[in-house]
Amino acid sequence: MRIPCPHCGERGNEEFFYLGAADLTRPAADAPADAWHEYVYQRENPFGPHKELWHHLNGCRRWLVVTRDTRTHTIIAAADAAGARA
Amino acid sequence: MTYSLFSLAREALRGHTGWKPAWRDAAPKPEYDVLVVGGGGHGLATAYYLAKEHGITNVAVLEKSYIGSGNAGRNTTIIRSNYLLPGNERFYEKSMQLWEGLEQDFNYNAMVSQRGVLNLYHSDAQRDQYARRGNAMRLHGVDAELLDEAAVRDMYPFLDYANARFPIRGGLLQRRGGTARHDAVAWGFARGADTRGVDIVQNCEVTGIDVANGRVTGVQTTRGAIRAKKIGLVCAGSSSRVAAMAGLRLPIESHVLQAFVSEGIKPLIDGVITFGAGHFYVSQSDKGGLVFGGDIDGYNSYAQRGSLPVVEDVMESGMALMPAIGRLRLLRQWGGVMDMSMDGSPIIDRTPIDGLFLNAGWCYGGFKATPASGWCFAHTIARDEAHFINSAFRLDRFATGALIDERGAGATPNLH
Repeated sequence: MRIPCPHCGERGNEEFFYLGAADLTRPAADAPADAWHEYVYQRENPFGPHKELWHHLNGCRRWLVVTRDTRTHTIIAAADAAGARA
Repeated sequence: MTYSLFSLAREALRGHTGWKPAWRDAAPKPEYDVLVVGGGGHGLATAYYLAKEHGITNVAVLEKSYIGSGNAGRNTTIIRSNYLLPGNERFYEKSMQLWEGLEQDFNYNAMVSQRGVLNLYHSDAQRDQYARRGNAMRLHGVDAELLDEAAVRDMYPFLDYANARFPIRGGLLQRRGGTARHDAVAWGFARGADTRGVDIVQNCEVTGIDVANGRVTGVQTTRGAIRAKKIGLVCAGSSSRVAAMAGLRLPIESHVLQAFVSEGIKPLIDGVITFGAGHFYVSQSDKGGLVFGGDIDGYNSYAQRGSLPVVEDVMESGMALMPAIGRLRLLRQWGGVMDMSMDGSPIIDRTPIDGLFLNAGWCYGGFKATPASGWCFAHTIARDEAHFINSAFRLDRFATGALIDERGAGATPNLH
């Protein structure tokens, strides 16, 4: 699997560290426990396109938001995480 | 038909013309008492124990493909009960005890072989950790032996003891652990369930779960609607997809795990060896191939295939453990989709929907759990409450904080 880094071009996935779903919103510190439970533990785990965070650790060291199909590993989009999550 | 020495001799004399199919390929009826969604090892075991232990025989197992086509046939066939935490250890030891009597119980040769599982340690700190786990096992009445380097050398002289980075200092051995023939486990449970009246329905994919007033009423499938009072979901790998049909969100991510088998060689490894400094474990199949596996690829995936960097990583770990493996050619490589739960431990529980039960989150370790998973899930479905043995595997433990984090990796599924 190769990820098209917007800064470095297409690179092998061994250069990247995977964090997980990119569409989780961190609750406020005083949010109720079930909001934190939802954020920390519950996952959509989609069968198809998945927005996820990858760190180009052995490259430009930027965090990316990558949209990837979990059925085929096809990369649909990749953008720098700064601004992309807003 | 009961399999025995007598039946084998009789069929030998008849030219093996009298063998019957081991189970019926049933067509679905419009209604059952219990539906088991997923015809893998765990689902078939659930149906078997529902019929055998609880007398519930109006049961169908719904499988989207053919039985045992998923992870039941993709694992590395290892059985063991060498866990640290109480909620886990009592469960996996129940499974080990069921393995020990399984073939006589369901009259099928599952080739259960208690050849020993050896976890290698490579440092003083790791030895202390293994001693602690071994002591925890013995407190649960489970066998565990801490071996020094000389004892391990005696068993496996060909390992790389003087490895500069990860020298082998010894190991934790569970002699009762070993391997079993994974396909035969699925077939044995299928046959045992079928002879007690369970319908095994293949090529029948569940496409919807019907819920009315907070209670399940049945499922929609590619072979029509089926009504049922109780439904058990046992579809690890696809748990999130199937549970979503009932509006449930799960603390699970699906990840791909690869396994490998080498060309066949003469007997070399008579047990199971796990590398303590990287994710690598190896045993030898009865056909002679070395069967080994490593870490998950590390990103969400429903594709039953892995990527090359992990292949390289597994081979490097193998070379660090036993350099002789470098002379072998790789015969096959494959991937299976794992339910990676948020604490690395499974879920066998009721759900917030009445009559809907969940068996999920097996991470890497589902095969060894097959008998106890079915046994506990059958109990949970039949009695509407967990047995003590699976009472820690609750769905709500992520909300209550009663996690079972064997690895101590936190809510990061790809690190368990």
